[in-house]
Amino acid sequence: MKTIYDTIETVARDLYWTALKDIPDDIRAALKGGLDAERKDGNSTAEQVLFTILENIKTADEHDTLVCQDTGLPVYKVVVGTKAAVDIPELKSRIQRACERATVEYPLRSNTVHPLTRKHTGTNTGQGIPIIKLDFAPGSDCIEITMAPKGSGSENMSFLNMLNPAEGLRGIKKFVLQCIFESGAKPCPPMIVGIGLGGTSDVAMQLAKEASTFRKIGSSNPDPDVAALERELLDKINQTGIGPQGLGGTTTALAVNIEWAHTHISHNPVAVNIQCWRGERASARITADLKVTYGNGGL
Amino acid sequence: MADYKLQTPLSEAQVRQLRLEDTVTIDGTIFGIRDATQIRIFDERIAPPVDLTGSVCLHTAPGVRKLPDGRYEKICIGTTTSTRMDRFVPGLVEQYGVRAIVGKGGVLEASVQAMQRAGAVYLAIVGGAAALETLQIEEIEQVWWEDLMPECLWKFRVKDFGPLILAIDSHGNSRYRAIQERAAARIAAFEL
Repeated sequence: MKTIYDTIETVARDLYWTALKDIPDDIRAALKGGLDAERKDGNSTAEQVLFTILENIKTADEHDTLVCQDTGLPVYKVVVGTKAAVDIPELKSRIQRACERATVEYPLRSNTVHPLTRKHTGTNTGQGIPIIKLDFAPGSDCIEITMAPKGSGSENMSFLNMLNPAEGLRGIKKFVLQCIFESGAKPCPPMIVGIGLGGTSDVAMQLAKEASTFRKIGSSNPDPDVAALERELLDKINQTGIGPQGLGGTTTALAVNIEWAHTHISHNPVAVNIQCWRGERASARITADLKVTYGNGGL
Repeated sequence: MADYKLQTPLSEAQVRQLRLEDTVTIDGTIFGIRDATQIRIFDERIAPPVDLTGSVCLHTAPGVRKLPDGRYEKICIGTTTSTRMDRFVPGLVEQYGVRAIVGKGGVLEASVQAMQRAGAVYLAIVGGAAALETLQIEEIEQVWWEDLMPECLWKFRVKDFGPLILAIDSHGNSRYRAIQERAAARIAAFEL
């Protein structure tokens, strides 16, 4: 008899493939908006880059192939309902098994190496990999899984600065713009800029990853001050002229997403994590009776 | 801005005629190289087992499937960030005669100058557009240094490979440098 764990394993495997093949609708719409804007502004190189990106997404749809060769480091965000009858260590071990199966059965390029010896595991799994971010939903009997294969070009553009409180909002803006400048062409712009404010250093980085990788384009932070900062930074980043692939244009970022936590009176932590234009993520909800609903880039 | 269709191997005259923002498509063969490939060539000082004179090199590590006869079938071939491998560019163009590097993200000033001296160019591909790139690569013809998998030295046969944007020419001009200098000035002028 099929168990909840069998379903989790199959779904987690399929989500890895789906995330690599099917670009979320919100990302597609933002890229199309960028193409229209560059065309209107007469930026021919930027227009050609965005046209090629959209052609590439269409080609992957038509041929049922991967959008990008970077199969990333697998990141799973799992929200477990408090009424779902699952053993968490078993759930984690099944997701690890799902990554191994996704890699071997397709086969996907494996990227996972030991940080010192650089020896490959060959399965896109290993110590601490896949990355599994667990959260709990009160009262629910469902399990929601979102998978993001985080690519290296964008992930290498990660920054943390424990600013002084006296540097304030101005210091935050200055640091973010400096990070965008340093990233330049490298993270495959147009990029999604994730910013984490507050917490301790590790929390700030985690918030930045949540913002860059798991939030939909077009969403804004519920806090109006934070949402205003998102809008201001997006506007300024797109005024830099870095543009698609860093070859010039007005579409440097598709979104600036900020997540925040309260922090210490002595802290002013700012973390920046970049996601590339493909913004890949795929989601599914598993109910107690093992019904699975898939969502294109979110539920 | 002109469109060029080039057949490999490339001559110095062919690359010297190219100007910033020209678009290029390539027919023939290109070589795939990545971090580990170049660490072997330049840090471990092991000469590449094939002549790279006049060649086009692509910054990549492909996704492949090994066939029973030992050949490799393509699964997904795309391009990685060149900037990470910037320090190897002068050696590629001056020591080994590579005429064009295809990548994304660009390379830095010492590489721009080396390309000017040697007569080589940097062609920007659209990063992440691997579904298209994989179709334009007809076949994996040969592979050396399989112990570095997937960062081996690869030889691909290509048809209409592109569109590639001439982003660094062989006359000391870099579109990346121009864009970054403009961005720095604009950021400095922001009221924060």
